[in-house]
Amino acid sequence: MKMNLEDRLKENPELKKQFDVLDAYIGELGTPEGSLINVLHRAQEIFGYLPDEVLEFVSSRLNVPRSTVYGVVTFYHFFSRVPKGRHTVTVCLGTACYVRGGNAVYEKVMRTLGIKAGETTRDGRFSLDLVRCVGACGLAPVVVIDKDTYGRSTPEKVAMLLNKYA
Amino acid sequence: METRMLNVKINGRDYQVPDGTTILKAAREYAKIDVPTLCYLEGISEEGACAICVVEVKGARNLQRACVVKVTEGMEVWTNTSRVREARKLNVELLLANHPKDCLTCERSQNCDLRELASELGVREVEFPRTRTEWLPIDNTSLSLVRDPNKCVLCRRCVNVCAKVQSVYAIDIMGRGSNSTVSTFLDEGLGNVECVNCGQCLLVCPTGAITERSEIPDVWKALGDPDKVVVVETAPAVRVAIGEEFGMPDGTQATGKMAAALRSLGFDKVFDTDFSADLTIMEEGFELIGRIKNGGVLPLITSCSPGWIKFAETFFPKVLDHVSTCKSPQQMFGTVTKTYWAEKMGIDPRKIVVVSVMPCTAKKFEKERPEMKTAFHYWQEKLGLKDEEAFKDVDCVLTTREAARMIREAGIDFANLPDEDFDKPLGESTGAAVIFGATGGVMEAALRTAYEVLTKKSLAKLDFEDVRGLEGIKTADVDIDGMILKVAVANGLGNARVLMEQVQKGESPYHFIEIMCCPGGCLGGGGQPISDNPDIKKRRAEAIYREDAGKPIRKSHENPEITEIYKDFLGEPNSEKAHHLLHTEYCDRSCK
Repeated sequence: MKMNLEDRLKENPELKKQFDVLDAYIGELGTPEGSLINVLHRAQEIFGYLPDEVLEFVSSRLNVPRSTVYGVVTFYHFFSRVPKGRHTVTVCLGTACYVRGGNAVYEKVMRTLGIKAGETTRDGRFSLDLVRCVGACGLAPVVVIDKDTYGRSTPEKVAMLLNKYA
Repeated sequence: METRMLNVKINGRDYQVPDGTTILKAAREYAKIDVPTLCYLEGISEEGACAICVVEVKGARNLQRACVVKVTEGMEVWTNTSRVREARKLNVELLLANHPKDCLTCERSQNCDLRELASELGVREVEFPRTRTEWLPIDNTSLSLVRDPNKCVLCRRCVNVCAKVQSVYAIDIMGRGSNSTVSTFLDEGLGNVECVNCGQCLLVCPTGAITERSEIPDVWKALGDPDKVVVVETAPAVRVAIGEEFGMPDGTQATGKMAAALRSLGFDKVFDTDFSADLTIMEEGFELIGRIKNGGVLPLITSCSPGWIKFAETFFPKVLDHVSTCKSPQQMFGTVTKTYWAEKMGIDPRKIVVVSVMPCTAKKFEKERPEMKTAFHYWQEKLGLKDEEAFKDVDCVLTTREAARMIREAGIDFANLPDEDFDKPLGESTGAAVIFGATGGVMEAALRTAYEVLTKKSLAKLDFEDVRGLEGIKTADVDIDGMILKVAVANGLGNARVLMEQVQKGESPYHFIEIMCCPGGCLGGGGQPISDNPDIKKRRAEAIYREDAGKPIRKSHENPEITEIYKDFLGEPNSEKAHHLLHTEYCDRSCK
């Protein structure tokens, strides 16, 4: 049986702190109606992703059905149900990047890290995302790692780029 | 204020419709032109999700969805142009691309909206290849319902019924685009979430994506076993609906034919849940009287409906002490059969198989509740039974539809059977028991008994009209010799929620509340025949009240078999023995 959240928080002060921050954020919202997406955004900032217990907490705190919360989380690409790695690699496959070989870059990143888009490496170092255009088409194909943008990338350059991030 | 009338031209003819009318309504009700729909369900599911109802509107570049677009002054609508016909066909073909082509063996082969639509629109081939590379897993987690997402067309009817009518919100659309599915929180499956097993989703599903968990094979097996004594009980609402499955007019009272058909199937005894409905009234009526006299927790709330019980346990666990401790009639019947009747007949209770025919899918869940093994505990010491030998009070639950399927399978000509009676003693019942099948019926039956017990006078008029009818919440003040009893009746869990919030806040003004999970009560249950008649609940209710009016005895406490079971076996209503056998307890199932 799953341990009840209250008991888990007693054992884990770090986790409790995170829930307190989220609780305070929800408390500051004047009207919780219609604030589900905002709250989920904030929760993802705090926890790094959206684990089951956070979804349960948001549902009960906002008085929104659990199925509705899960529906929203699975609808938006932005929300992650798995812990994010220390670094996020984002490969662009928008039209410009795609025609200039973005797909080969993406495949190389997948092979190198051993994960698909939406997943995180087992050592927690990298998460991989796909996007359709980052607005830097002149630099296509583009790879973004954390906040750094790398243009004219090639499969050959992938290993070198990844090595910069520990 | 008078509603403005708008001029609209449909297929070249002029009509006047009130402001706010959708094109669909204008076409169907005013122009008498059918516009095909799939996802539309009046008042419940009006989202324009399926795009089958498209029509051409002069001046609009795109085709418009008739179910959501409202008529504007001077609008010109065309419902039957080649562009419209082609678009509808195309949309059906797209739905069929990923749909399993197992229509021959599908449970809904005879009443599938999608198949009918494809046929009506003249879809003869599907141009599009299947895009899903694998079959989606079937949700088998529920004891009552099975979901096959492969047959789902994402119309959202089930989602809307669950949310808007029942206020349960067990399911929603998860994911997006071509990966969307109807699923539960964390995809845990219906059996692991808030779902109360009511089956309203099944009734509105246009395809075979939601079906009951069938127990037909178990029942055939029991019927074929010469060592078993197989007993069947039928719920009140089944007799006024089962005829529909055999082409009889809506609202046919098929009680006698149903008893005959079940006997032909090979059941050793054909008994009636109505008997235990009368027993429920005795127990619950005396519980109410006791709580009023002794200052117990009020309002008392009925406990016959297992969907409602799971709803209360999930959403209102703090006020479960308001819920009557009486088991439902189905469970009382199982217990009484395997104790009282077994003893009376000298039959080993382990040999008895109790099958109930119910208008309900939640009853399948109810019979599996671990506490529903009272007869086993009754016999355990007497027969020296080990824990592993535990048996359930009720072994199998068939929906009305499943019972009809078995009758068809056996080649029984239901509609032309001569009427037969139930067997005795557990087949004797009163009009008060019959009306359990309609919303307000348990209340009315309880009032008939409570009045006469409390006042020791005979009721002049048995019909309590105020609690009849299909409105969501009904209330009445009943004068019991100067004492005003305030009562309320809710059907559909969205309505139940309204009354329960009052109870939870301590603001409920009532003494006694009847709650039925399904809209209309059991006659609208998730186990009933799937009907396209919008007035079907009314027809079934009329049949129920006709059945009551035609009964020689109409008050539960006057049922001679009930008098006998108390005299010979139970003692008094609410006696210690009755409590032990016929009452139960509830648990907190809140997810939070």
